[in-house]
Amino acid sequence: MSDNTGRVTGSPLVKRGLAEMLKGGVIMDVVNPEQARIAENAGATAVMALERVPSDIRRDGGVSRMSDPEMIQGIQAAVSIPVMAKARIGHFAEAQILQSLDVDYIDESEVLTPADEAHHIDKWAFTVPFVCGATNLGEALRRISEGACLIRSKGEAGTGNVVEAVRHLRSIMGDIRKIGQADSAELFDWAKQLQAPLPLVQEIADTGELPVPMFCAGGIATPADASLVMQLGAQAIFVGSGIFKSDEPEKMAAAIVESATHFRDPAILVKVSTGLGDAMKGLEIATLETKLAERGW
Amino acid sequence: MVTPTVGVLALQGAFAAHAAILDRLGVTTIEVRTEQQLASVDALVIPGGESTTMSMLLERSGLLEPLRARVAGGLAVFGTCAGLILLASEIRDGRHDQHALGALDMTVTRNAYGRQIDSFESDLDIVGFDTPFHAVFIRAPVVERVGESVEVLARVGERPVLCRQGAITVASFHPELSDDDRIHRRWLADAGL
Repeated sequence: MSDNTGRVTGSPLVKRGLAEMLKGGVIMDVVNPEQARIAENAGATAVMALERVPSDIRRDGGVSRMSDPEMIQGIQAAVSIPVMAKARIGHFAEAQILQSLDVDYIDESEVLTPADEAHHIDKWAFTVPFVCGATNLGEALRRISEGACLIRSKGEAGTGNVVEAVRHLRSIMGDIRKIGQADSAELFDWAKQLQAPLPLVQEIADTGELPVPMFCAGGIATPADASLVMQLGAQAIFVGSGIFKSDEPEKMAAAIVESATHFRDPAILVKVSTGLGDAMKGLEIATLETKLAERGW
Repeated sequence: MVTPTVGVLALQGAFAAHAAILDRLGVTTIEVRTEQQLASVDALVIPGGESTTMSMLLERSGLLEPLRARVAGGLAVFGTCAGLILLASEIRDGRHDQHALGALDMTVTRNAYGRQIDSFESDLDIVGFDTPFHAVFIRAPVVERVGESVEVLARVGERPVLCRQGAITVASFHPELSDDDRIHRRWLADAGL
């Protein structure tokens, strides 16, 4: 979109630009203005406004939808950092409403109940940028081809268990490294195997990285978890239940923020990990009735 | 002569994009997260990001006072977006506990262009450049006022967006996201590097 001043809004560079600004930081799930202020005070770079954190969604069951606009506006009024919100997979009407609310990023999220079992939102049609989850590189590239300008590895939200986040990150980063070694003929097969557009595969081969920033979500519950996923290649992290389901959310939030900055410095991690009280209890993946990460196509 | 080192403050934000441009220009670059790293640099880039987050992390990482002292001592600094906010002398619409380093005589208002939906890219005419610079503004701060010691190098409408005071350059946009290294090169030259 371009106005008569020559300004262009909603371009891929402008959309990706905000993700660039969030690197090295922590985006926190919050369900009300009070939690949003706690997150901002702790040093969050952005908040994700949603009705229930994933562990409560998991506990309560039922259909999980976009948040009440009033609740999102309350959070926008409470903090000065960017406010993101979630739309159901494929639910472009929810996304249109969120864009009208001037949210800073929309998360087309598997944490909510999918609205479409075949199609994701055409994200090119929006001025507001989108983040989408991915469990593997093919899924990430399909989301990018639909217009996502930030990818987060999915992990398994609401579990406080980092194992799935590690699995997804390793899968994505490992395939990026392998594509970097592939010859030009092999790239055609990579595109076929990944069910992803060839030009995006070729771009990875040329640059050695995903065409958009990649963050990590789903199961991060401690400063050490944050350090682990950052060392594995995540450029920033989303923390959902891990903060407000811990014993002392203020301390845990601040500690995870510091660990995202100093993720390679174990001496600082000792200091920030000390005296935090209990992290969220956490769940074994094998005991889950619903794997949220399996939603998305 | 020892090769000069340019630090990029890497507490949070677009530090890697700045480092990539400096690397391309053949400059020795390090990421700065600790007081020891700060002490080792000859010039510093403060990148875009969330200025509130960076301000808190400066304090918690023990960098705030050492940085204030180095800036007061004439350190060459290039601040973009959040970096501009941190280097200003007065911040409006910031948090009550947000730190202003006061490197330039300048009043800024955070996020004054609006939310992300109002972020934009635009060609800018910059003093001393033959051709326009393609600039990206992300939830950008607005420079409300500059002192007489501050040279305005570019404006959007009436508002200064690129300013210089000696070896300190600040931009309310993101030269690190454009494929154009002219502003970085000019700052390095101003810094004598």
